[in-house]
Formats: sequence, C-alpha cells, structure tokens
Amino acid sequence: MNDMSRVEKQVDTKDIKLDCRDCQVYYGDTHAIKDVSVDIEDKTVTAFIGPSGCGKSTFLRCLNRMNDTIDIARVEGSFKLDGEDIYDKRVDPVQLRAKVGMVFQKPNPFPKSIYDNVAYGPRIHGLAKNKAELDEIVEKSLRRGAIWDEVKDRLDAPGTGLSGGQQQRLCIARAVATEPEVLLMDEPCSALDPIATAQVEELIDELRSRYSVVIVTHSMQQAARVSQKTAFFYLGNLVEFGETGQIFTNPEDPRTESYITGRIG
Amino acid sequence: MTDASMQNAEPGRHSVSLMATDEHTRKRARAEKRFRAYGIVAIATGLFFLVVLFTSILKEGIPAFTRTVVSVDFTLTEQQREESEGVLLKTKAYSDLFITALKSKLDERGLNTEVDEVAIERLLGKVGGTIRTFYTQNPDKIGEQIEFDLAASSRVDGYFKGRVSRDTIQDSRFLQKSDLELVDALEEAGIIKQAFNWPFITGADSGVDNPGGAGIGASVIGSFFMMLVVLGLSLPIGVAASIYLEEFAPRNRFTDLIEVNISNLAAVPSIVFGILGLAVFIQFMHLPQSAPLVGGLVLTLMTLPTIIISTRASLKAVPPSIRDAALGVGASKMQAVFHHVLPLAAPGILTGTIIGLAQALGETAPLLLIGMVGFVARGYPDGFLAGFTEPNSAMPAQIYTWAARADAGFYEKAWGGIIILLMFLLTMNIIAIILRRRFERRW
Ligand SMILES: Nc1ncnc2c1ncn2[C@@H]1O[C@H](COP(=O)(O)OP(=O)(O)OP(=O)(O)O)[C@@H](O)[C@H]1O
Ligand SMILES: [Mg+2]
Repeated sequence: MNDMSRVEKQVDTKDIKLDCRDCQVYYGDTHAIKDVSVDIEDKTVTAFIGPSGCGKSTFLRCLNRMNDTIDIARVEGSFKLDGEDIYDKRVDPVQLRAKVGMVFQKPNPFPKSIYDNVAYGPRIHGLAKNKAELDEIVEKSLRRGAIWDEVKDRLDAPGTGLSGGQQQRLCIARAVATEPEVLLMDEPCSALDPIATAQVEELIDELRSRYSVVIVTHSMQQAARVSQKTAFFYLGNLVEFGETGQIFTNPEDPRTESYITGRIG
Repeated sequence: MTDASMQNAEPGRHSVSLMATDEHTRKRARAEKRFRAYGIVAIATGLFFLVVLFTSILKEGIPAFTRTVVSVDFTLTEQQREESEGVLLKTKAYSDLFITALKSKLDERGLNTEVDEVAIERLLGKVGGTIRTFYTQNPDKIGEQIEFDLAASSRVDGYFKGRVSRDTIQDSRFLQKSDLELVDALEEAGIIKQAFNWPFITGADSGVDNPGGAGIGASVIGSFFMMLVVLGLSLPIGVAASIYLEEFAPRNRFTDLIEVNISNLAAVPSIVFGILGLAVFIQFMHLPQSAPLVGGLVLTLMTLPTIIISTRASLKAVPPSIRDAALGVGASKMQAVFHHVLPLAAPGILTGTIIGLAQALGETAPLLLIGMVGFVARGYPDGFLAGFTEPNSAMPAQIYTWAARADAGFYEKAWGGIIILLMFLLTMNIIAIILRRRFERRW
C-alpha cells in the first residue's frame, strides 16, 4: 500500500494525458485484455513490459484506435485523452491518430522517397504552408529521428532501401513529423543495433520534455533506462503499474518479480 | 579426426565424410533432377504447340495479305470520252477501250493471245464500270496516263496462290480453262502481278461470292469501339467495386454472398451473357442492334468479374503494414488506399484488366446473339460517336462469318483475320507492359 500512495502523489503533480479505465479487448471469443486501468501521464515515458502474447501491443493499439482496423477486435472500457473519450461516436479516429502517433514493431516505411515518407503526414494534415516550411519540418523530424546525418544527401532515395535500423528511425521521424501529443512505440528498438538503440533512447528522453511517450519493450534494461512509469502485463491482465524504480527494485507482485528476474516469460 | 569430433558432438549421426554423398542426399538430388526435367519437358511441349500454332496461322494467313492485280497504263482522251458517253452501252464502250489498250500491251510483247470481253469480265469483273466511275469522279485526269490496278477475281487469285490449278479447274461462269492461257500471257507480259492487299486491311466485308473484296478494317473499328466501352466501364466499376469490397466493406453474410456470386459470374459461359444482352439491352432498353455499344456492354458484364477478382487479389497482396503506417500518421482510410495501397496494386490491376480485355476481344458467341455478325460490317461509321451506335461487327465475329462461307477464298481471309486479331492483341499487351513498367514500384 506504501507505493500506492507514491503513485497517487505522482498523479497529483503531473497531468494525466490518457486515462484508461476497465478496458477489455476481445478478438472474437478470445479475451485478450482483461480489466486494465492505466493512467498515462503527460511528459512521461511509460513502459509496457511482459511476456510475449500478454497483450501489450493490443493495449497500445487501443490508445489510438488502431484496433478499429481489425474486424474481429472489440474494445470496451473508457479511454480519455485530456478528459475526452476517444471512443466517443463523434471522434474521428483520423484526427485522434494525428494527436496520438505510432511507431510499429516492424519498420514499415512507405515505398516512396525518404523525403516523402516524412513529409506525408504534414502534407495530409496541412502543417506546412509552403515547400520551405515542409523542408524544415522534414529536416527537423529526421534530426529528431537521429537519422539526418545518414540520409541528408539522399532524401530522394527510396525509404525501403535503408537498413532495418535506419528504416525504423525513419519511421520514428515520420511519426514525430506530425507533432503528436502522445507517441506510442511498439518495440521500436527490436531491429536496432546498440548504437541506434542508444540514439532512439536519447530521442525518447528528449521527446519526454514535450510529449507523453508509451513504449513497449522486451528489454528490462531499456525499460529501466528510459521510462519513469512501468506497467507489467501478464496473460492479458495488468499485474502491476507504478514507478519504474519501484517496479524494478521492489516489485509488489511475485509474478512481476519472477518476470524481471527472468523466471517467467 | 574430424569423424571423431563429429561423433562426439552428435552421437545420433553416423560419421560420414562430406566428400561422399549418402544415399538419402542422392535420392533427394535425383528427385530434384527429375522435377527439373518434368518442367523442361512441360515448357518444351508448350513451346512446340505454340510454334505449330504460329506457323500454321502464318502459313495459311499470309496469302490473305497479298492480292493479284492487273496493272495497265491507260490514257483516255477527251474525244474518246465524248464518243463513249454518246453511245447507249456506255460501260461497254469503256470496256472496249480498256481491252484495246490491254491487247496492244500484249502485242508489244509479241504475245498473240485472244482477249475477249467475256473472259476479261471473268478475270476482272466489270472493268468498264470501274473505269467510267473513276473518270466521272476525276475529270481532270482525262488525257493523262493512269496506271489502273484492277483486282483479279478470286479464282485467278486462287490460281496464283495454288488454290486453283489447271487440273482441278472446272469450266464455270467464274473461270474457264481457256482463261488461264490469257492469265499466263498477262503474267509473262508483267501485267498481272502480286501486290500488297491494302483493301484487306482497310476494307469492309463483301458479298458471299466476292472473297477478293473482303476486308477486315471495318470490324477492326468495331472491335476498337467495343474495347473502348469495355475499358471505360469495366475498369472504373471493377476497381471501385474491388476497393470497396476489399478495404471498406464489413465482413458479413451479405458481402460473402456477393463474393461468391462474383466468383460464379466469372465462370458463366459467354453465350449466357449474349442472350442476357439481347433481352436486356436490345429488347428491353431498345438500344440499336448490332451496335458496338451493346457489344461493349455485354462484354463489360463478362469482363467485370475477371477485373474484380484480380484487383482484389492485388489489393490483398499489398502488405497490411503499409496501411497501418498510413493510418498511424493520421491518414484517413481513403487516403491510405488511394495514396499507398492503390499505387502498389496498380501493376496487378493492369494485368487483370488486360487479361479481361483480351478475353473480351476474342469473344464471339455473345456478339452473334446481339447481331454483330460479319456481314453487317459493310462500311465505316461516319464519325466517332456513330462508331458506337452504327451496326458493325467485331474481328472474331467477322472471322467466324468468313470461315463459315462456302467460297474457298474466304478461308484464307479467316486466317488473315486471325493474324490481324493477334496483332491487335499484341499491341494491347505492349501498351499494358509499358504502363505497368511505369507504375511498377521502382524499389
Ligand atoms: N489480429 C488478431 N486476431 C486475433 N488474435 C490476436 C490478434 N492480435 C493479437 N491477438 C491475440 O491477442 C493476444 C495478445 O497479443 P499481442 O500482440 O497484444 O501480444 P504482445 O504482448 O504484443 O506480444 P509480443 O511481445 O510478442 O509482441 C495474443 O494471444 C494474440 O494471439
Ligand atoms: Mg507486440
């Protein structure tokens, strides 16, 4: 109960960006997410950890309604972004996704030029008035994706021609180009080498100053390094949610402890 | 030493040298070799039949592209014209003038052959009429020397192409044995010769007893207009339907039903579409009979399932991660489809479309039912829009009509028509390949 009060204290000091209550997700008859309630804070990195198949990606995809694209998926519960229910009938998921950006587990650049990959989002949202502004957005986003130096001389080259790690950083650049308020990252570093991983982690840390970031990761070290809050999922349940330091040093639930120490998962 | 260490590492395996292949590996290698051999045999068989097909088409069809013409230099003076126009049988007068010119040509060469008027008519048809018409239309040519290329009759043409010989010829009103003497003499004098058969390519269908005058041009135009209708309707409708079904429609009983029906439609025999077209477009909607517009509508019904099925397959083949990526940056579903999915699917859609069009181009049965038979292709439409509504035929129907006619001269025309049809198809395919190159993902 001790750390519950700690969490509460945090809530008091920071704004809650995303407030999720009693969430259920069903894939057909499979109950993939059971009764999950999480508060995603503003200007915070929240890490989701847990063994494979426990529902981390599924829950992450609820936050920008990407599950809408899966026919058999059914989402229940309340998800409030800045107090507004994102599953409300009046909400257009397209507008929501401009606010809540996403980086996918597998790098998925468009089969277009590097420039067009990054410029696509700003273009469809009308963020740039002219070419010069668009150029600026593209450069800024690529810099924040820690890939500018590698691609600045070949912006016309196809994005799919980059290495896996470069592609993933391009996807991150593409996601931040639309200036989202929340950035969801599903195992963004699983295809990256340690140097690129370090760069992305640095980027995440930088993004934290303005956005709230949710990251799914299989690496305990990464979660410990980048996140302030950690949620541990197990078999569709949220087992434990709290300060990262607390979770890693003094977990409350025995399952969390076993997972962190490598006994389950 | 290697053996020993291997044995240690994997006790279950026999220690064998890598240099000697074991029985199991050999067996697999043999199976692979056999399979390759089957493949090569299959391809060789296919190629063999293709070669047989093409040589026979070319062998039978090439003669349709040459024709036998009698080419005579002829001058008509003003005085001759006045005299001819003065008499009662005007065309006979012209014909006499022509025969005199021909005779003098032969005499020049020292060939003393009997040239009588009836034989000339059997060889060249009504020469007098042709000449008179020419001078009435071009009065300024009077007094000039004109080279007349007159088409020889189909029997004479057949004589040069080996269809008719001295042994097989029977005296008839079309050709008599004695005429061949004249033909030989004309050939020796260089008056009768083989020329490229432009009228076959540009002309229209002729009567049943005039294979020499039959051309495929008008029905090429008919096919062209039908293809315009098919392309203009089935591509947008087919692609729109597929995009809706594949990307937007909810999966439920109703869409399943539609899906099953589309697959079934693709397998419906074309004659069924023909009779449907007759009942709906002509008898119910009162669209003109024999019109390429109606033909195009019927073929559109036939082509739609093909285009829908192939378009859906190519949409399905676009990785879902591309859709996720677009949706993830806040594109709407339609933007995701039109900006990212459709360009990637375009080559596949084009392939399907061209297969559908090629099928439609070669379709005969439904056209026969709506009256687009060969003999209506008697002329060119006057103007672009009339091309859709004026009675016309299409290449395959024209070929079918020719093949069914009694005169052996039409047989060769049918084969020639097939060559033109294949060339039309080839052009369509080349255009499709060029377009596909353009759309193809360059990375
Ligand atoms: N499209 C889908 N259709 C049906 N079931 C699904 C679908 N996606 C996920 N599931 C199921 O939902 C459960 C949670 O999957 P999810 O992808 O969220 O796991 P995860 O925690 O992200 O795993 P990983 O770490 O391997 O990515 C799994 O049991 C999975 O089989
Ligand atoms: Mg996952």
